[in-house]
Amino acid sequence: MKGELEKKKVRSIKVNLDKCNGCRACEIACSSYHAKPRYSSINPARSRIQVVMDPLNDEYVPIRACDYSKAGCDGRRTYTINNKEYSECSFCGTVCPTRDLFKEPDSGLPLKCDMCEDEKVPLCVQACPAGVLVYEETEEEDEVIKPTEMEIGLKSLIDKYGSQKVADTFARLSKKG
Amino acid sequence: MRYAEAGYNLEIDLSRGSIDRVESDLKLTEQHLGGQGINAKIIWDRVPPDVEPFSPDNLLIFSTGLLHGTPVVGANRTAVNTISPQTNLFAHSLMGGYFGPELKHAGYDRIIIRGKAPDLVYLWIHNDKVEIRDATHLRGKGATETAAIIKKELKEPKAQVAAIGLAGENRVYTASIEHNWSSAARGPGPVMGDKRLKAIVVRGTKDINIAKPAELFELYLRMNKEIHDSDGNGDWMAVDEDDSFHHNHFAWGNARTRRKDFWNKELEKRWYHLKYDHMDRQMGCYNCPKKCINVISYPGGKRFGYKCFGKDTYHMAAFKELDFSYEILGVAQEYGLDSYSTPQVIAFAIELYEAGILTDKDLPGFPSDSGERSFYLLEKIVRREGIGDKLANGVYWAARQIGNGAEAYDHNTTKKFEQVPIKLGKVNPPYFLMIATGEKMNITQIEGSFPQDPLPTREEREEFCSKWEAVPDEKFKQWFLNWEKRSDVTNEMSCAITDWNEAMHYVDDSVGLCGFLSSFRGQFGGGVAYHMNNIPQIISLAAGLELDKDGLWEIFQRNRNLVRAINVRRGMRRADEKPPEDHWAVRDHEMEQKLLDDYYDFKGWTKDGIPTKETLDKLGLDCVGEDLIKRGILTGHEGTPSQEIVAAKDENAKAGGC
Repeated sequence: MKGELEKKKVRSIKVNLDKCNGCRACEIACSSYHAKPRYSSINPARSRIQVVMDPLNDEYVPIRACDYSKAGCDGRRTYTINNKEYSECSFCGTVCPTRDLFKEPDSGLPLKCDMCEDEKVPLCVQACPAGVLVYEETEEEDEVIKPTEMEIGLKSLIDKYGSQKVADTFARLSKKG
Repeated sequence: MRYAEAGYNLEIDLSRGSIDRVESDLKLTEQHLGGQGINAKIIWDRVPPDVEPFSPDNLLIFSTGLLHGTPVVGANRTAVNTISPQTNLFAHSLMGGYFGPELKHAGYDRIIIRGKAPDLVYLWIHNDKVEIRDATHLRGKGATETAAIIKKELKEPKAQVAAIGLAGENRVYTASIEHNWSSAARGPGPVMGDKRLKAIVVRGTKDINIAKPAELFELYLRMNKEIHDSDGNGDWMAVDEDDSFHHNHFAWGNARTRRKDFWNKELEKRWYHLKYDHMDRQMGCYNCPKKCINVISYPGGKRFGYKCFGKDTYHMAAFKELDFSYEILGVAQEYGLDSYSTPQVIAFAIELYEAGILTDKDLPGFPSDSGERSFYLLEKIVRREGIGDKLANGVYWAARQIGNGAEAYDHNTTKKFEQVPIKLGKVNPPYFLMIATGEKMNITQIEGSFPQDPLPTREEREEFCSKWEAVPDEKFKQWFLNWEKRSDVTNEMSCAITDWNEAMHYVDDSVGLCGFLSSFRGQFGGGVAYHMNNIPQIISLAAGLELDKDGLWEIFQRNRNLVRAINVRRGMRRADEKPPEDHWAVRDHEMEQKLLDDYYDFKGWTKDGIPTKETLDKLGLDCVGEDLIKRGILTGHEGTPSQEIVAAKDENAKAGGC
C-alpha cells in the first residue's frame, strides 16, 4: 500500500557539550515549568532534561527524556572521548528499568520531554544563555499510511484477543462462508 | 507550607550514633534568614564559651542558605560553621558547588553535628533515609578520590559529596572541606577530622516550594541572561590573562617581597598557553551561568579546579611560576588544604630555615629548591610529622611552639589567622577598619561593595554613579563623586563604607548567594546583580517573608552582633582588632585608634568592641545581653565610646569638675 506524503514540524534541541558549565539551570527551569501549579516548586529530580554529570571526570551531558522502554538494552559499552570515559547511557534519553534517570521520584513513573508544548521555545533552552542547548525546528516530509476503518477495527481486536485468536476466528468464519 | 525552606534540621550525634529530624522554627528564619545567620544563633545557644574546639560538644553545622533550591540565580554557597581550633572563635566558612541545594532537596535546611565517632565514618543522607556508615576503608584517601569511591559504592552518581582529605583527618588547622572544585576553609576542616567524619554524602529528590512562583520565575529567566551577559558579575580573573594585579602588587614569599615589575607580556603569553593547553573547562556552580572555575588536567596529577587568587598563592609563596601551582594544586586538593593559608605556613617555615631558627635537625634532608621545599613541607604538615606537627597549627601557633625568635616571623596574622599577603604604603582608613574588626578572617570576605579606588576624573565618577544601582544610600554616591585620593576618606565615610561592605557579606552568607554576583564584586565596576535594593523583594518572592531594605539591614545587624557576641564571650577584645603591623609602611596610631572609637560608636559597641546592652536589645537580642552581663562581660550600663565621654563630662559637672 502506498502512503500519503505529509509535512511534519520536527522540534528538537541540539546539545553542545563543550559549552556546558554544569549550572543545571535546564533542570531547574524544566521542573519549575512542569510543576503544578506552574512554577510553584523546584525539583531537578523531576526534570525531563538531566545533566548526566561527573565533574571529577569532567563529564557534562544534558539529555532529554524520550520513550519508555520495558527492558534495558545491552548498551553497557564505554567510550573514551578526549581522555574522558563515557558510559553509553550518558547519551541515551530512553527511560528504562536499569537506571534511575527520568523517573518521578515519588511514583517511579517515567517522565517524558514534551518540548514545553505551550511555549515557542522549550524552557530549558530559554534558561541556557551559554548556548549549550539550541532549539531547532525543521520541516520533514514523512510518508504516512493512513489506516482504513477496517484496519482500525481489526487492530483493536488483535490488541484485545491476540493475533493468533483473531486469525483462527477469521479462518473458521471464512470456511463457513 | 514553608516556602524556600525544607523546614527541618538534621541533628546528628556521632558519639551516640543518633540521627534526629527536627522541625525548624520559622521565627528563626524571620530573624536570621538562614545560612550563617541561623548557624550563629545555634552556636550561641548551644556552644558555651568553655567548650574547646576539639571537644565533642563543639558543633559543626552545614547550612543551606534561605534561597538555595529556589530559582534565584547563584544561590548555592553552603555555610559551614563551628568554633575554629586556630582562632578559638566562630569559624566563617563557605563553599560553592551543589551541596546546599541538594541538601535542601533532601528535606533539610541544615545538618547539625555534635560528638565524635569512635572511628572514621561518613554520613549518607538520601531524603528520609539517613545513615552513619563505616569509612575506615577511606582513611588517608584524597578528597575527590573519596567522593568517587563513595558514589560508586552507593551506586549514586548524582549524590553530592563534601569530604576531607588527609589534612582534615590529621586535624591540620589549615585543612579544608572539599566538594568538587569548591572548598570550605578557615576552620571546619580540622573539626570535621576531629569528629572523625570523613564525608557527608547527600542525594535529595524533594520539592522546594516557592511563595510567588510566576513572578519569581519571570525574574529568574531575565536575571539569568543578564548575569550571563554582564561584565559586572562573576570572576573576571578566570578569563583575564593579565594577572599583573596580584603578581605586581601582592607580596611574595612569607608576605615580604613585592615584585612591582614581575609581570610582562612574554610571561603572559607563556602562562596563557600553559593554562589553555591543560584546561578542560571553565565551569560554574549550581544555577549560575558564570564560569569562575578553571578546571585543569596537569600531567601526572589529579584534575583540579581553581578560582580567583587561588591559582597564585602557592607559586608566589615559593617564588615560582604558574607551572609550580599546577603541580601542587592537585596534590593539595586531594589532601584537602586551604590554598590561602597553607602556602603562607610553608613560606614561613622556609624563612625560619633561612634564618637558622629551623635547622637540618628539624628538617632532615631539606631540599635547596623552593618548589621541592614546598612539597617537602606539605607532606610534613598533612602528616603532622616532625616539625610538621607544629606547622600544622598555622603560622601563629607554630611561631609560638617553635619559639627561639620565630614569633617575629609571624608578621601577617590577625586574630591568629593568616591574612592575604598585601603590604602597602600609607594606611587606608576603611581597610584598617575592615581588617581590624572583621570576623570573617579574610579581607575578601569583608570588602566588596564600595570601590577600592577613586576614578580619576569627575566625568568618570558621574558616569559610574549614574548606573550605580547597588548603593543603599545616596550619601555613598556623593562621597564617591568627590573622592579623589585613595587615603582621603573621613572617619564618617570609613565607618559607613565598612558597614555597607560587611552588610552585603552577612546578607549573602545567610541567603546563600555568591559574593561574585553580590558582596565581593561591587567594588569592581559597581554593576552587581544583587544588592540591598533588590534582595528584599527577591526574598519575598521566594520565601514569602515580607521584607524591605530596612528590615534586611536590621537582620544583617542582628547576625553581625550575634557573631561578635559569640567571639566576645570567647575572649575577643579591642586589643585583638589590629591589622598586621607591617600591612602599611606608614602608620598613624592616634588616627587609627580614633577611627576605631568612631566605628565602635557607629556600631553601638563599647570602647572594648562589645555590643552594648542597648544595641543588643534593639535587635531583639535581649538574651544575649543578659548572658554577657551574667558572665561579667558587660555591666549593662556601658555606652559607646562617645556616650562614655558625654557621661564622664556629666559626672564631672555633677562633681563640680576639677
